[in-house]
Amino acid sequence: MNQLGETSQMKQRIESLKRQDSYFWILGLMTLVFVLVILLSLIIDMALSGWTRISLDFFLSFPSRFPEKAGILSAWVGSLCVVFVTAMISIPLGVASGIYLEEYSKKNIWTKIIEINILNLAGIPSITYGLMALGIFVYQFRLGQSILTAGLTLGLLVLPIIIVTTREAIRTIPSHIREASYSLGATRWQTIWNHILPYSSGGILTGVVIALSRAIGETAPLITVGALTFIAFLPTPPVLAVPPFVSAGWLLDPYTVMPIQMFNWVSRPQEQFHVNAAATGLVLLAMTLILNAAAIFVRYRFRKKYKW
Amino acid sequence: MVNSKAQSNIKKAEVINLTFAYTDKNVINSISMPIFQNNITALIGPSGCGKTTLLRCFNRMHDLYGDVRYNGEIKLYPDNINILGREIDPIEVRMKIGMVFQKPNPFPKSIYENISYGLKIRGIKKKSYLDDKVEDSLKKAGLWNEVSDRLHKSAGALSGGQQQRVCIARALATEPDLLLLDEPTSALDPIGAAHIEELVTELKKTVTILMVTHNLHQAARTADYTAFMYLGDLIEFGESSQIFTNPKEQKTENYITGRFG
Repeated sequence: MNQLGETSQMKQRIESLKRQDSYFWILGLMTLVFVLVILLSLIIDMALSGWTRISLDFFLSFPSRFPEKAGILSAWVGSLCVVFVTAMISIPLGVASGIYLEEYSKKNIWTKIIEINILNLAGIPSITYGLMALGIFVYQFRLGQSILTAGLTLGLLVLPIIIVTTREAIRTIPSHIREASYSLGATRWQTIWNHILPYSSGGILTGVVIALSRAIGETAPLITVGALTFIAFLPTPPVLAVPPFVSAGWLLDPYTVMPIQMFNWVSRPQEQFHVNAAATGLVLLAMTLILNAAAIFVRYRFRKKYKW
Repeated sequence: MVNSKAQSNIKKAEVINLTFAYTDKNVINSISMPIFQNNITALIGPSGCGKTTLLRCFNRMHDLYGDVRYNGEIKLYPDNINILGREIDPIEVRMKIGMVFQKPNPFPKSIYENISYGLKIRGIKKKSYLDDKVEDSLKKAGLWNEVSDRLHKSAGALSGGQQQRVCIARALATEPDLLLLDEPTSALDPIGAAHIEELVTELKKTVTILMVTHNLHQAARTADYTAFMYLGDLIEFGESSQIFTNPKEQKTENYITGRFG
């Protein structure tokens, strides 16, 4: 008789270990189903109550005192303008910072500190960005309650996301690909421009889309920097009929965005405005889902193209 | 089988008292050796002996990973420049000295783009010249017949051995003075490896080759000169025929007879 016991004992032990396995499997499945049911019921509830309001008119009307006439024209145009400014600010800054940290900076205590702080920035409550933007952009730079202020604020908010995903995308490129380029006599910039950026653009684009879909849904920082809750006109068109044909005037116009429009309607007492809010939520959800689907598609395509 | 007589004794390059250290630990201790033109020089020795480190000194690859200190010189002839000199830009060195790596590392682009890349970064844009160069380099690398009909297809779709030949063609396209090979066959199957070995022997007509190898038989078959390194020291340098049949040092003999390594 040895220390490890009889075969029958060993079989019993394996049986009980397998039972443990199945307990955990059931627990995990239940948690997952629970979360999904809650999420789905929220979405379905919103869809059922909001569905009736979705029509072309809803997209083409300004908000109104009469719930059945109210629409989200100013809100979606505002969202689009703000996200555009956000993208213009955060993509170049974020991608350049990511490239700098990954390809140029020396690895020392300072870059370590910067790295940790960028990760921390990604976790800061968004309202904090709103307060900071109120102090800097609105009061200091006197940009007012404008699309520009909102774009800059959200740009700063999503910057860490873009920096982090850019770095991660660059890091997946094996060092022997870089060395191949350098060994031919390429400079650092040639290597980045001809190899690093094209090969990591799938990952970078994914990060950009995730960052922008986050920006579309943000409310808190925009309330702080003064997005209007009721606005019945559009920003100045960017294209003019007379020279110089383009205008940046819209940047300084007041605005509202979809989540704020939704928030405004929810806080009204009339039941019919709640229906409008649900419909807006549905549109917002669809926009985010489409953006995320685009991110997945882009990532999939690039993964197929570049295999290491 | 040991490679017969060395072909030339014109020096293409010369290592003079080279000492190289990562942080504070010496990886290469005061090495001196010549590299003869149109010959293959093999660097052999057990893992960690510094042979790849020495090879990567030749194209200043270490400079990519922070500030490094080279003590001593590597002279490149006939220009007679010290490629380790502070006043020499590593990029200038890499323009003159090509490298092929252990793992085939073609860019995930077309075969044509891979081979013309070295010329493009030198500012050459003329299509007819690039076309000629791509064809010429692929012929030198013995790959032209296999890929001439799919030059614009991805290099990643080729077999490992073919990819390595793309890498060799890519290095050859810029007409380097010296070609560095870092265990070019170790990641390949035996057939692919045999092709590369054959090719390397053929290439020495046009280019001087410095090759790191783990495979002693490969060194004996292909190299005209062999340097045996051990723990950062150059134990013995000589014609391969002498190193492999009649080594002067006990350590060399122990290594090539398989007593360690």
